[in-house]
Amino acid sequence: MLKALFADLLPVASHRGWPRVEADAGVWRGIGEALREGKLDLLGLWGDEAAVHCALYEPATRDMSSASIKVSAGGKVPSLAVFHAPASRLERAIADLFGFEMVGLPDPRPWLDHGRWAVRSPLAERAPGPEPPRYAFLAAEGPSLHQIPVGPVHAGIIEPGHFRFTASGETVVRLEERLGYTHKGVEKLLCGKTIDEAARLAARVSGDSTVAYAFAYARAVETALEFCPPPRALWLRAVMAELERIANHLGDIGAICNDAAFSMMHAECAILREETLRTCAVAFGHRLMMDCIVPGGVTAHLASAGHDAILSLAQHLRQQFPELIELYENTASLQDRTVGTGVVTTMLAAQFAAAGYVGRASGRAFDTRVCRPYPPYDVEPMDMVGRNEGDVDARVWIRMLEIQRSLDWLEAALASLPNGPTHLPVIAGPTVSVEGTALVEGFRGDVLAYVRIGPDLCIERCHLRDPSWFLWPLLEAAIEGNIVADFPLCNKSFNCSYSGHDL
Amino acid sequence: MRRRLFKNLVTSPSTEPVSEKEPAVLDAAGAALRGAIARRLGRSLAIREVDSGSCNGCELEIHALSNAFYDVERFGIRFVASPRHADVLLVTGPVTHNMREALERTYAATPAPKWVVAVGDCGAGCGVFANSYACVGAVSKVLPVDLVIRGCPPTPTDLLQGLLWLISDSAARVATDASRP
Repeated sequence: MLKALFADLLPVASHRGWPRVEADAGVWRGIGEALREGKLDLLGLWGDEAAVHCALYEPATRDMSSASIKVSAGGKVPSLAVFHAPASRLERAIADLFGFEMVGLPDPRPWLDHGRWAVRSPLAERAPGPEPPRYAFLAAEGPSLHQIPVGPVHAGIIEPGHFRFTASGETVVRLEERLGYTHKGVEKLLCGKTIDEAARLAARVSGDSTVAYAFAYARAVETALEFCPPPRALWLRAVMAELERIANHLGDIGAICNDAAFSMMHAECAILREETLRTCAVAFGHRLMMDCIVPGGVTAHLASAGHDAILSLAQHLRQQFPELIELYENTASLQDRTVGTGVVTTMLAAQFAAAGYVGRASGRAFDTRVCRPYPPYDVEPMDMVGRNEGDVDARVWIRMLEIQRSLDWLEAALASLPNGPTHLPVIAGPTVSVEGTALVEGFRGDVLAYVRIGPDLCIERCHLRDPSWFLWPLLEAAIEGNIVADFPLCNKSFNCSYSGHDL
Repeated sequence: MRRRLFKNLVTSPSTEPVSEKEPAVLDAAGAALRGAIARRLGRSLAIREVDSGSCNGCELEIHALSNAFYDVERFGIRFVASPRHADVLLVTGPVTHNMREALERTYAATPAPKWVVAVGDCGAGCGVFANSYACVGAVSKVLPVDLVIRGCPPTPTDLLQGLLWLISDSAARVATDASRP
């Protein structure tokens, strides 16, 4: 499909890694139609100075390609959301940040711009335009319907966002999310930064995925510069990524059970999570492994004490975790809450290219480590797990199975870890601006990073796309017809990032 | 489940002792604060956590305070669901323009006496997000801040020691010591 669609187009020379083509309106429409027919997955859609780019994946061939369309003189871009609903929020964000008019966009309400910034279209540096109208939530009308507004400040220790429930009695008729509260203007801050300064920002897009973001960003930079870090660094990056996955999955499993009032599981999982984070601190010097991955390699060497600590953690988890799986399986009151709750259909998961455990719990066989393997997963392969039920229970199971796969992988990787340096400085700048895009599997799903680097080794444009962009809308679908009291359970089983989405 | 529960009965707890010495990551607006909290509340502290735009790294470590190793509740410190029940607002993140009003309204909804603790390098001084069109900046630009716990993110030990410093028994005595920050 990708080959046929882009047959007449030459890839842009400055874009390294998978190809990027410059599409005209006809090809752009062809992309929209292929997305609508489910032949392609949309993995990203972002603005630039005078263009809009998209990243596409073809499930049948596992090919990837990026495509771009130039913005017309009047600042207009044809919308993809007309064909493909998952593009809608991304296009609303492009309109907010760049001031482009997305022609045909079915939902023209602002998304990230709440009318609170001193500038409008901050990435295009345009003069402030007219004040946007008050944000109108979608209507839900009928006898005995009532609305429950929640947030942005929530009851727990969680990130801010607004949920507008319309309920009939206890049953949720519609959930509408309003996000953007944690928008920090990261993409603007990234412009003009050196590649090393930008790495610190990339590592702070979503703290729980700091390794995944730093990994994706470093890979994008290295792809653009055609730079190869030393082998040991490549392996250590993946060791960190798997530790991050284990720690987050442990936290999530406990928190999901806690939201079903089974606090014992929460307490047990929290102990294992803490032990994992402490091991990370011993091995890499930081509990969350923040700033440990940088362009050119990694900052930690992994001494033998750290190596041993990871191995004994793996052994400890292997011993402890199966008992918790058994506990989860054999507690009827818990199963009663998770089984059949918050179902994401296979069709929706495929349409939204649902990332990570949400997609894999709903029959979408995609894991970047398997479908688009990057080093070291090309040498030491990862197993993909999958379920079809699409409920909270399936999302818990995916996490449980993935912890076990990650432990297997860690033990195999540590046994074959290459020796040698862990960092090579990136000093040679390109002669002209170069671009690279990378996709890395974080615990939540695939993180996409795009960079364009100038000859001075400074960032001209960097876009980081969190998997949550495609998961948040599915949460709205999953909760429909469930009771209000099951929302925390569904929400936690998704565990979308607010900060990663709002950027 | 029974087997697990029984095992937990006969094994020693994971909970660790905590040193009450002041960690190096604190910036207090005034040592008088300590005395005030100790006098008014004794050793009980109800905390409402507010994320005003953080990357969620600080939230992860604040969460960890409740695990069996740190067990913050043994000191009388507990996290509450509403600002109406809170003595302290624990605020993370560079305050974003989009969150500013929600943060101000949360503060307004908290009954006096109340204190504000800014957490993390972002809460302390906007961190890596300084000079963004979307950020107001440090928490102190929006609310009167009584204590700052720095770190990116601060470790649970730093957080716990910072909170214990607030409610320490010896607070009144220390408050008169001019050499304290």
